[in-house]
Formats: sequence, C-alpha cells, structure tokens
Amino acid sequence: MSTDGILTFLLQHSPALIVAVPLLGAFLTPIIGKINDKIRNLFVIIIVLLTSFFVFLLSSNILSNGSIRTYVFGAASANNPVIRIFFQVDGLNAFMIIIGAILSIVAVLFSFRYLKEYTGQDKFYTLVLLMIAGMFGMMLTGDMFNFFVFLEITSIASCALIAFWTSKGESVYAGLKYIVISTIGALFILFAIAILYGQYNALNMGFLAASIQYTFLDKVALVLLISGLAMKAGIVPMHMWMPDAYGRAPISILLVGATQASLYALFRMVFTVYGSHLADILRHIKFRFFVTIEFDITLNGILGVLIIILALFTIIIGVFMALKQSDFKRLIAFAAVAEIGYMLLAIGAAIITISEIDTETGTIILSEVGVNSLKGGLFHIINDALDIGLMFLVAGAIYYVTKETSLNKLGGLARNMKYTTIFFLIGLFAVAGIPPMNGFASKLLIYESTYEINPILSIIAIMCSILLLAMFVKVFHSIFLGPKQEKFEKIREVPKSMLIAMAIISCIIIIFGLFPDIILQNIIEPAANALINNGLYIGGI
Amino acid sequence: MEVFNIPFIAVISLVIIGLYAVIFKRNLIKIVIGITLIESGVNLFLITLSYRENSIAPIYTNNPGGVMSLPVPQALTLTSIVIGVAVLALMLSLIVHIFRHYKTLNVTKIRGDDE
Repeated sequence: MSTDGILTFLLQHSPALIVAVPLLGAFLTPIIGKINDKIRNLFVIIIVLLTSFFVFLLSSNILSNGSIRTYVFGAASANNPVIRIFFQVDGLNAFMIIIGAILSIVAVLFSFRYLKEYTGQDKFYTLVLLMIAGMFGMMLTGDMFNFFVFLEITSIASCALIAFWTSKGESVYAGLKYIVISTIGALFILFAIAILYGQYNALNMGFLAASIQYTFLDKVALVLLISGLAMKAGIVPMHMWMPDAYGRAPISILLVGATQASLYALFRMVFTVYGSHLADILRHIKFRFFVTIEFDITLNGILGVLIIILALFTIIIGVFMALKQSDFKRLIAFAAVAEIGYMLLAIGAAIITISEIDTETGTIILSEVGVNSLKGGLFHIINDALDIGLMFLVAGAIYYVTKETSLNKLGGLARNMKYTTIFFLIGLFAVAGIPPMNGFASKLLIYESTYEINPILSIIAIMCSILLLAMFVKVFHSIFLGPKQEKFEKIREVPKSMLIAMAIISCIIIIFGLFPDIILQNIIEPAANALINNGLYIGGI
Repeated sequence: MEVFNIPFIAVISLVIIGLYAVIFKRNLIKIVIGITLIESGVNLFLITLSYRENSIAPIYTNNPGGVMSLPVPQALTLTSIVIGVAVLALMLSLIVHIFRHYKTLNVTKIRGDDE
C-alpha cells in the first residue's frame, strides 16, 4: 500500500482508533510497568502521541472541508440507524478532540517527573489513559447510551485519580464527593435517555434530533439532561465538588478536559437533539395594565435566560470564593469555575438571539450578535482549557519543589525559579484577558456580544475579570515576590520535562493571542457552523 | 388506574426515596444506599419500557411465536448494572479509607477542605 493509501485507511478508521488506542494502552500499561519504569513511561507517551496523531489527522480533515464523518461499528454503512452504534464527527467534535489531545500530551509529559518519587505509578498511568479514552469517547460518540457509558468510564477513572493519594483523608473525601455527584448526574442522564428511547425507539443523537416532537416527556428529559450535565460540568449550584477535586488531584489538568467534554455534551443536546424545537412558542401572554402587553414565551428565551442566570452566578460565586482562598490550587479551581461561567454566558446569549428554525435544512437562524457570541463562547472553551491548564501546571511545579500549596507559607520563589515565574505570568495575563494573550481575544468577543443583548451582563463579566486579575496579582506577589525565605534557599528550578510541558502550553497561548483571526477562521468557525447547521449531523446517518 | 402503571409508580418512588436519602441523610453508607436506589429505579424503568403485553423473552431459537419484548433496553440495563456495581465498589472502598482516617461516617464530622 502506498503512503497515501495508508493515510486514507487510517483516516477512515481514526474515530475508532482515537478511543481504542488509549483503552488498549491503559490495560497494557501495568504489564509493561513490570519490566521497567522508563520503558513504561516511553510506552505511555507513545500511546498518547499516537492518539494525538489520529486526532490531528481526523480534525484537520474535518475542519478543512467542513464535512462530517460517520464511523459505524459492525457494518460498512449505517443501514439501520436504530440498532447500530456509531461515532459521528463534525466541526464541533473535531474542535473538542483537539483540546483533549493538547491536554493529554501535556498532562502525561508533566507527570513523568512530578510523580517520580511516589508509588503506584503503573496504576496512575492506567487511570490517566482510561480517562483519556473516556474523554475522547464522550467527545466523539453519536449514540446516547454510548455517551452514558463513556461518561461513567471517565468519572470512575477521574474519581480514582482524585483519590489517588489515599494517605490523605481530604483527597479521599474529595474523590467520594466527586463520585457521588457525578453518579447522580449520570443516572439523571440515563433516565432522560430511557425517556427518549421509550418514545422514539432510538438511541442515536441524529435520529432523535430528526424525530423529536417536544412532548411533555421530552420536556422532562430536557430538564434531566441539563441538570445532569450541569452537575458534571460544575455549574454553580452543583459546583462544590470542583474545588475539592481540582485541589486534590495529582494532575488536575486532565479533569479540566473531562469537565469540558460534559459541557460539549450540553451544547450538543440543546443545539442538536432539541435543535428543531428551540424556537417553539410555549405560551402566548397577553395582559392589560394601562396598555395591552402581548408577548410570546419561547423555549429558546427561557433556556437562554436560565443559562445566563446560571452563568452569572457561576462567574460571581467562582470569583468571590476564589478571593478568600489561601490555598493556591483551590484558588485556581474556583477561577476555573468562574471561567466556565464565561462560556455559558456566551452560549446563553447566543441561544436568546435565535429567531427561528429552518426545519427543511435543520439550520438554526441567529442574529449576527448571536453568532459572534457563539464563536466567543467556543473560543473561550479552548482558551480556558489552556489558561487554567497552565495555572494548574505551575501550581504542580510549585508543589513539586516546595511540597506546599498554602499562600501564607510561600514567598520569594522568583529568585530560584525564573522560568516557572515567566510561565505563571503568561498564565496570569491569559486568565485575566490581558491583550497579547488568548484570553483577551475570546473575552472581547463575549463582552461585545453580551453588551448588545444587555449591558449589565458585560459589566458583570468585565468586573469579575478585573477581580480575577487582582486576585492573581496577589497570588503572584505572595508566591514569587517578597523577601528571601530560609527554607526555600536550596530549591532549584523544576526538571526539564515539566518545563517543556509548560512551555508547550505557553507557546500555544501566545500564538492564539497573536493570531486570533486565523484560529477563529480555521477552527472556531467550522465548530460554530456545525452547531448552527444541524442538517449534516442529522443527515449523516 | 391501569395495572400497567404500577411499575412506573415504583420507578418514581424509588428515585425520590433515593434522592431523599442522598440529600438529607448524614451517614455515608446511607448516601450510597440512596444512590443504589436511584440506580435500581432507572434500571426498572428501562426494563419496564421493553415489556409488551403478553410478550415472551426475545430469544429466537425454539420460538413458540407471539409478541417478544424489546431486547435493546435489556442490553442497556445489563450494561448499566455492571457500571453500577463498579461505581458501588469504588464508593464503598473510598468510604473504608475515610473511616480509617476520620473514625466516623457522619459527613458533618468529617472535615474535608471545606471553608
């Protein structure tokens, strides 16, 4: 076979390989770990790089021609969509798996030295690879029940990762908190799947989207789906697991990826599965109060307002809780909660502006403000993964050298760790949305578009962004600046592999920040189009 | 009231009792029991969906004829039970660790890193 032939063959099977390779690797890791630690580390990084190669092969193909790829398990074509399980990859999926690939490469690279002195590394890498497999599965699958299975794989693996250091009571408690919340969320989702299956006899997202009627039971299912996925994504009333879990996990950066996979599912359910009924008029309201007031309550209006309210609470509570933290990792975790609020704010604003649905082609018609808002929200997903990810890596590096996460006990580290200080500064500017970094590009889009909808939204968003900056400047001051401390005199810069991991993310942050147009055009726009035009996704079966 | 509604009433009551236990109980074991109750409710719902009146098990060999119940929800339930067992085992093992650390199962007495 020629090189081209092999590439086409790999491209054709890449959706299955992206999940199969890390899954197989996960269970081979303990066996290879018996030989030697170095060979095992090499094996793990090869597995992750191979998976990422398939990810970039697949997503560059999808993003460049805006097509959709359907991979059917157990048959050449999807002749019976009701029974077959299949993966469907459109622009949005391609966009999400890129985030997953970047996060998993960096996380694995970082953990080699980070965990070197600890026992149980074979188990750790098994869990990491399982979690990567589950995360990609959630991002790729086109089948509702399959989604539930991958969700559970991800939550079991991440729970075990959070509680990895069982010698500490707090981390076990954080793990239990996480598994309780995520199991209840997953059971809600399974209940919703059962309701949808009972009515339409199908589990397939595209098929459901084509046949959904928006009956009373569908409304119940929508509520269950949104609340279940909100629990998994850490949206405010259900955010309490996040600081504990992020603060205790050895590698919190992978958890960011799992959270965003749930967020992706939320968008997929609202925009695709319920897409054809988003602009339905639920009730016509008319009352006389000096003048006659008449208006319609539409589904997208209610959903949009609900999501925006949740988003505002998420931003405000995230920022204010972060302000009072004295533990570095918990502080970043609350900042991560706030950042999720920004994405939701943009998506909620986009949902509000939906005017009608073209039922022939399955296109959701938005105003221009809505489209910009949607792009801003999607762009912020990748930016948040990078920024918060970099912050967690820096926190990990500081913990590695000092074994300390309390802000009150740290100080003067800039003298000994100049590279880590630079990476922290890059992360600080990116999280706060300061111009040369990527956070600015997406936050500006969100501010602009939410201002058009209601100025108060953008005012709150900007205020909280400034508070984030203030808070991280405080963190910078108390960790890196200040007088020389005797107990930290002997510490040195972290090892090279950890620096490389941080450098990769920093480079991507700066490139995204310097050329936002290119990223917007080549990655974000196909993803936004995939969300708006559901015809391809529904017709793909 | 139709006789066929009884399973659905059982489903809803199982889920609500389970949620009550998760939200209001202070003992970790009781919270886990609550989660398994919700899970049984959802599994019962799936199984009930597959049943048709006077139907037989969906096995094609030696089929005596007549209506068969749907096989897909049964496969789903089986998967969901397996996942449920894994989650249950994980939760219970975490609870064992928590008991070793704090010598209590009462959530109000366990100090995690709450503020």
